[in-house]
Parts: sequence; C-alpha cells; structure tokens
Amino acid sequence: MTPEELRRLAESHEEARPEPRHCIKVCVAAGCLSAGSDRVREALQNEIAQRGLENECEVKGVGCLGLCTAGPLMLVEPDGVMYQRVTEEDAPAIVESLGKKSVEQLVCPSDMSFFTKQYKIVLENSGVIDPEKIEDYIARDGYTALARVLEEMTPQEVIDEITRSGLRGRGGAGYPTGLKWSTVAKAGGSRKFVICNADEGDPGAFMDRSVLESDPHRVLEGMAIAAYAVGASQGFLYVRAEYPLAVKRLRTAIRQAERLGLLGNNICGTTFSFHVDIRLGAGAFVCGEETALIASIEGKRGQPRPRPPYPAEYGLWGYPTLINNVETFANVAPIIRNGGDWFASIGTEKSKGTKVFALAGRVRNTGLIEVPMGITLREIIFDIGGGIPDGHRFKAVQTGGPSGGCIPEQYLDMPVDYDSLAKVGSIMGSGGMIVMDETSCMVDVAKFFMDFCVSESCGKCVPCRVGTAQMYHLLNKITSGEATMEDLALLEELCDMVKYTSLCGLGQTAPNPVLSTLQYFREEYIAHIVDKQCPAGVCQMRQ
Amino acid sequence: MNQPVRVKTLKIDDRDVSGREDETILEVARQNGIFIPTLCHLEGLTPIGACRLCLVEIKGVSRLLPACVTRVEEGMEVYTQSERLQKYRRMVLELLFSERNHICSVCVVNGHCELQSMAQILGMTHVSVPYRFPRLPVDASHERFVVDHNRCILCTRCVRVCDEIEGAHTWDVMGRGIDSRVITDLNQPWGESETCTSCGKCVNVCPTGALFEKGKPVSDRQKKRQFLPYLTMMREERR
Ligand SMILES: Cc1cc2nc3c(=O)[nH]c(=O)nc-3n(C[C@H](O)[C@H](O)[C@H](O)COP(=O)(O)O)c2cc1C
Ligand code: SF4
Ligand code: SF4
Ligand code: SF4
Ligand code: FES
Ligand code: FES
Repeated sequence: MTPEELRRLAESHEEARPEPRHCIKVCVAAGCLSAGSDRVREALQNEIAQRGLENECEVKGVGCLGLCTAGPLMLVEPDGVMYQRVTEEDAPAIVESLGKKSVEQLVCPSDMSFFTKQYKIVLENSGVIDPEKIEDYIARDGYTALARVLEEMTPQEVIDEITRSGLRGRGGAGYPTGLKWSTVAKAGGSRKFVICNADEGDPGAFMDRSVLESDPHRVLEGMAIAAYAVGASQGFLYVRAEYPLAVKRLRTAIRQAERLGLLGNNICGTTFSFHVDIRLGAGAFVCGEETALIASIEGKRGQPRPRPPYPAEYGLWGYPTLINNVETFANVAPIIRNGGDWFASIGTEKSKGTKVFALAGRVRNTGLIEVPMGITLREIIFDIGGGIPDGHRFKAVQTGGPSGGCIPEQYLDMPVDYDSLAKVGSIMGSGGMIVMDETSCMVDVAKFFMDFCVSESCGKCVPCRVGTAQMYHLLNKITSGEATMEDLALLEELCDMVKYTSLCGLGQTAPNPVLSTLQYFREEYIAHIVDKQCPAGVCQMRQ
Repeated sequence: MNQPVRVKTLKIDDRDVSGREDETILEVARQNGIFIPTLCHLEGLTPIGACRLCLVEIKGVSRLLPACVTRVEEGMEVYTQSERLQKYRRMVLELLFSERNHICSVCVVNGHCELQSMAQILGMTHVSVPYRFPRLPVDASHERFVVDHNRCILCTRCVRVCDEIEGAHTWDVMGRGIDSRVITDLNQPWGESETCTSCGKCVNVCPTGALFEKGKPVSDRQKKRQFLPYLTMMREERR
C-alpha cells in the first residue's frame, strides 16, 4: 500500500459513511470505564435510537481524554464541548442539547490550563479516534510513515532521521533511541527481534496502558518502522496481563493491520515482512528490566542477567534484539511524518519532544498529561495540575517511581528534562509524578517505595535481596520511633552498597527514594529518631 | 568452525596479563594467581553473577562489574582490591549471614563451609545488620540427604549442577526477593521427588551446610568438587 493508496482508503472510509452532524466521543479507556462510561455510552445510544437520530448523531468510543479523575468524560463534536462526571441519567439532556445550548452543569471547561498548556504528540489521537477502528487511525495519517519509509527510505536513512530527532528512550533511562537502533542494525546475523516493553510496573503509572488503549496502531506502526530500520522480521509486545483492555485492543489492531497488508508478509507490497505477537507478563516489576523481560518471553523465570552482553548484541534466544518502551515507539511515526528536525525543535537542548506523565497525588487535576520537555515543575503542578487542594502547601514531588526521588519546593522552577531531574537526585523514569503536601511524611514515603522494592526484588543477587529488606527494617524502625543515629548511619551505608553492587536496575536504584529524602528532608529523619516525633503526624510513635 | 581465538592483553592490579577473548576476568586472574573472592561461581557451571563478591573496578567504567561473567578486553585495566570493593564484599557477607540462621558453632559443616571461610579470608569480624532469624523448615525426607533452608545462601549451585550436569532439574527456586527458596520438583518433599537420582552432586557443590549427607561426622563433611571439571571436560568432548 503506497501513501497514495492509504490516502484514498482514508477518504473512501469517510465517503462510505456520511459524517453525521453530531458526534459524541465517549472516553472508553480504563479510567472512565471504571467510572461507568460504557453504561453512559449505551444510554446515549438508546436515547438516540429512541428519537430516531441515528443518522444525525453518532456515539463513538474513544481513548483517554486526559482528565481521568473527572470521568466519565466525553467530547461533543463539532461543538467542542467537553462534559465531565456524566451519568446514565444525563443522556436525555445531552442528546436534547445537540446543536443547542450545552448542558451547563456538566461542562468541563476545555479552555482551562490543564488542556491548553499541554502539547500532544504521543497522545494526539487519544480521545479523538476510536481505538478499535483502523480506518480512524488511517484517517489521521496513520501508517503513512510506514508506507513512506518502505517506499522511499533506506534503513540507514530511517535511523538517521530518528537520530536527528534526538528522541531518547521513554522507559526510564533515556538512552538515545537512534544510537540503540543503529547498534542493533549493525549487529550481525539474519535473525533479529523487536520488542515493545509494555510491562509498566511502577506503582501508580498508567501512561503506557493509556497509549495502548487509546491508540494501539501507533505503537504497531512504530515497531514496524523500527523493525525495517534494524532488519528484524518478528516483534513481540510484552504486556502485563493486568491490562486486558489494552491486550484486547492490540489484538484487534494487529488483525486489522494484517488484513490491510500493513503488518505480516510483504508489507505494502514490498519484500519487507514483519509479524507481531503479544506476550503476557504475570506482572512482576522486575520483568520490565530488559534481560528479565527476554527471559520471560523465552519461557524462563523472569530474572535479570548481567549486562554486557546487551540485548542489542545478545537478546531474545541469543539474537540481536531491539527493546523500546511503548511511548518511545509511539513517537516514531510522527517523527518520520514531520521530520527529525521538527521533533528536535520541541523540548530542550538534550531532551527533545514531549513526555507523558501520570499526574497524581495532592493536586486538583489528576490524570494523564503530555507536556513539552523543559516545562517547569511549577507549570505542571500549578497550571496544569491546578495547584494543591484544600488550602494546603506544596511540599515535594516524587518522580520516577521506586527508582526516582523526591524534589523539594526550591526546585519548582527547574525545567523538566532528563539531566535536570538527575541533577537533583531524581529521574524522569517512565513518567509517574506524585505531588505531596505538608501532610506527607517523607520518611514514610521512602518506606513505601522501599516496601515495594522488597516485595518486587527477584531475589537473585544478595545486595538487593537482603539489602532492601534490611533497609526497610531500618526505615520501619525510624517511623516507629525506635531508631538511633547509628541506625541512620547504617541505612546510609546500605544505600551506597546496594546502589553500587546490585545486579540490575531495580537494586541499583532502590535506594534513590531514601537518598533523595535524606538529601532534602534530613531533619525529618532526625525528628523521628531524636525527638521521637513525626512532623507530619503520619507515623506511629511509641509514646 | 575453527575461527582463530584472539588473545587480549590487559592489566589486573597493575600487572600485565593476557587472556583469550572468550575468557573472563576471573579466569585470567586465577591463572595468574590473583585472588578474587567468589561464592555463586563454580567452575564447570554456568556463571550467573549473583553473589556480587567478585565485583571489580575497571578504569573508565563507572559501574562495578562481576569478574565471573565479564569477558576480558584489550587494554582493560582491572582493579580487584580497592578499599571500596573490600568494604562492599564484607557487607555482602554480612547480609548473607543476617539473612538466615548462620550460627556456625552448631552447624554441620562448621570448618568446611565456604561462606565461613570467605568471611575469615575477607576479614569480616562482625555482622552490623540485625539477624533476621526467619523460621525455615528442614527437609530430611530423603533417605540419604538433608536440606536445611536455614543455611541456604541461594547461590543456586545445586540448581545449576542438577540441571546442567546431572540433567535431572530436580532443583529450582521458588518465590521472590527475601522469600526466595530452593525447592525440589514442584515444592514436594525431597524424599518424594521422582526426578532426583540421588547422585549427590548438589550436596557436593553446596558451599554451606544447607545440603548435607545424613549420618556423617563433621570431620567427613568435606565436599567433593573435583568431579566437576572432569565432567565438564567429558561434556565438551562429546560436542
Ligand atoms: C526494574 C526495572 C523495571 C523496568 N520497567 C520498565 C517498564 O515497565 N517499561 C519500560 O518500558 N521500561 C522499563 N524498564 C527499562 C527497560 O529495562 C528498558 O531500559 C527500556 O524498556 C528500554 O526502552 P527505551 O530505550 O525506549 O526507554 C525497567 C527497568 C528496570 C531496571
Ligand atoms: S538487583 Fe534485585 S531485582 Fe535485580 S537481579 Fe538483583 S535481586 Fe534481582
Ligand atoms: S553454613 Fe557455614 S556460615 Fe552458615 S552456619 Fe554453617 S558454617 Fe556457619
Ligand atoms: S542449597 Fe546450597 S547450593 Fe543450593 S542454593 Fe542453597 S546454598 Fe546454594
Ligand atoms: S480514562 Fe477517560 S479521561 Fe482518562
Ligand atoms: S562469583 Fe561472581 S557474582 Fe558470585
């Protein structure tokens, strides 16, 4: 299929069904579904049927609209009105209002900074297209990048374009994607693999799930382009089994793409073939680590192995393997469509493009956001997030999940990019962002993440298996007012040892939440130990 | 097949040494009489880099790398004895001692234990973290052998020897993190195992008192490891 044919397909799809005058786009991503959006969709459909308006108005299931806490959310087109917290009982009023005055009490102001300060590349189709219809994706220029790559570009040119874009891995460490692709491309051998890492184990993170649920084809297209660039013909999507909706939509998407010859054998009539399979993960955090993920796909116990050799050289079944994150792949098609220079013009010097965050915790607007790199924490938390509710004061923001750290108030005006975050002792991570106010105890926060690491450690290496358990024990002692200053010194020694001696990233970064809270909130630790007091009033003290 | 194997020259602790490109830092160090402590490693078994005792520093590399799985490279400058490494190694041992129940004086392999001798060699004088004292079972259902989980350090030598040399794959690891445990078959009593051939290889490679033979005095509890290189050699020749 050439780009021209794709365009014709997109147009014929539109001609076949005359565009109804109204379209109600109901969010059917997991967040809103759990708030009952499927029932609302049904109620709307019934209402429309009852009034015989089927040709006038269409109800469409779309991906995440972003402001998940206000769900179920929906968007009425062409009026551009967004409704929040809609229930089944609201259906008659909404249908009644089509083309007239909107239902005042349901309106979600779409001009609020939550929406206007965002910049959508990865999520550009989220909440716009029906994730279960490939035609919707194609109508938004979907698969044109793949068709163009196959028709006009050599693998090396594709890699050059990605390199020029400055894209860095969105799975956590921020490794340059172009460099990784070229390493796999250079690796010898006729068999290679492409893996999409959709394990997403960070507590509270749901960015990748949302992308997969809202726009699965974009990830498939990115994988296919990558496969062409590195010379692979088989791909795997490693998705955790707790994401059944994402899995279902991916399955549908793969089937649809194969039917149109956009995946499978001889894609777009060329000699390039690429097959994608889904592998379900049991949901262990460590299986997101690339070597553990590979072991898991191979059917072994999901445990990391020492690197080098890196998967780029020795990966799945010993063959060169490219592993990228969902969001990384989701950036590929737009980069090819608009050019690497376009992408490189967004963001900062060393962190290009945008980043999707799951904004949570003590902010007014929680949900899924996409912002240009270099935006400040203050803009994210106070403009997009709407600030701290209930008259409380901002205290810290945790980024990067269990591998990250807490950033205090003094850095609120710091730009959000890989290097700035690292400089203050945290990381970008996969994009979890938890805002805390003065009712949070930082020792308790550190203990929470350590608890997570203890239960998610795979147990292979001694520093992580025993070290994190000992660190948790010490943190527990501190929060229950039973620790001494010697315990604190021991905790710091263990942080250093576990960080530098553990086998994989889990252990190597497990001490980060402790280290960063110690760096900025040491006095809270001291208060627990010396004064036997929890300044935030969270921890249980003995007396 | 017969690709020439290249020889690399490198420095270990400022000494010039050379090794084949498929050799690890540990192998080359040992050939040259340079001591690097190990626990999970055992010649003849696939190295896994799990205990982290063999970590070394390499000039220009910010991470510490395990000597048992890291291949030599041309011009590498390896340091095996820095103060930092010695401190980390002692802490690894302390963590291992604290993890389960290592009270050497009442242990069946007292005096013949690799964990114990490693502690002596590396100058571990005390354990600064608290002992965890988990309650763990002892399985004496096998007619000749016993597994005492209280002494296991999860080095998985038993797992590997049983799988890679004996070919029975009776042993495996169950659970995660601090709750990990070695198991026989699908966590059945060892005595009821249908795959165990009672060859005793696991008992002989176990570095501690976790696996031992019934009814032998302590003085006879020397573990026999000489068979491994021999078996590996036989295996290689069959290829
Ligand atoms: C313990 C651990 C968990 C990880 N979990 C994930 C994950 O859930 N998703 C992901 O994409 N990367 C995860 N990573 C990072 C991956 O190992 C790998 O670096 C990444 O998938 C590479 O893709 P990228 O270059 O596109 O970021 C994890 C790493 C570690 C150490
Ligand atoms: S660092 Fe932790 S998760 Fe990683 S291999 Fe070691 S025990 Fe397993
Ligand atoms: S196994 Fe070794 S270290 Fe553990 S108690 Fe027995 S002798 Fe001591
Ligand atoms: S039983 Fe012995 S050989 Fe097996 S893992 Fe435990 S300590 Fe290692
Ligand atoms: S899930 Fe509906 S807005 Fe995010
Ligand atoms: S001997 Fe190398 S890690 Fe155990």
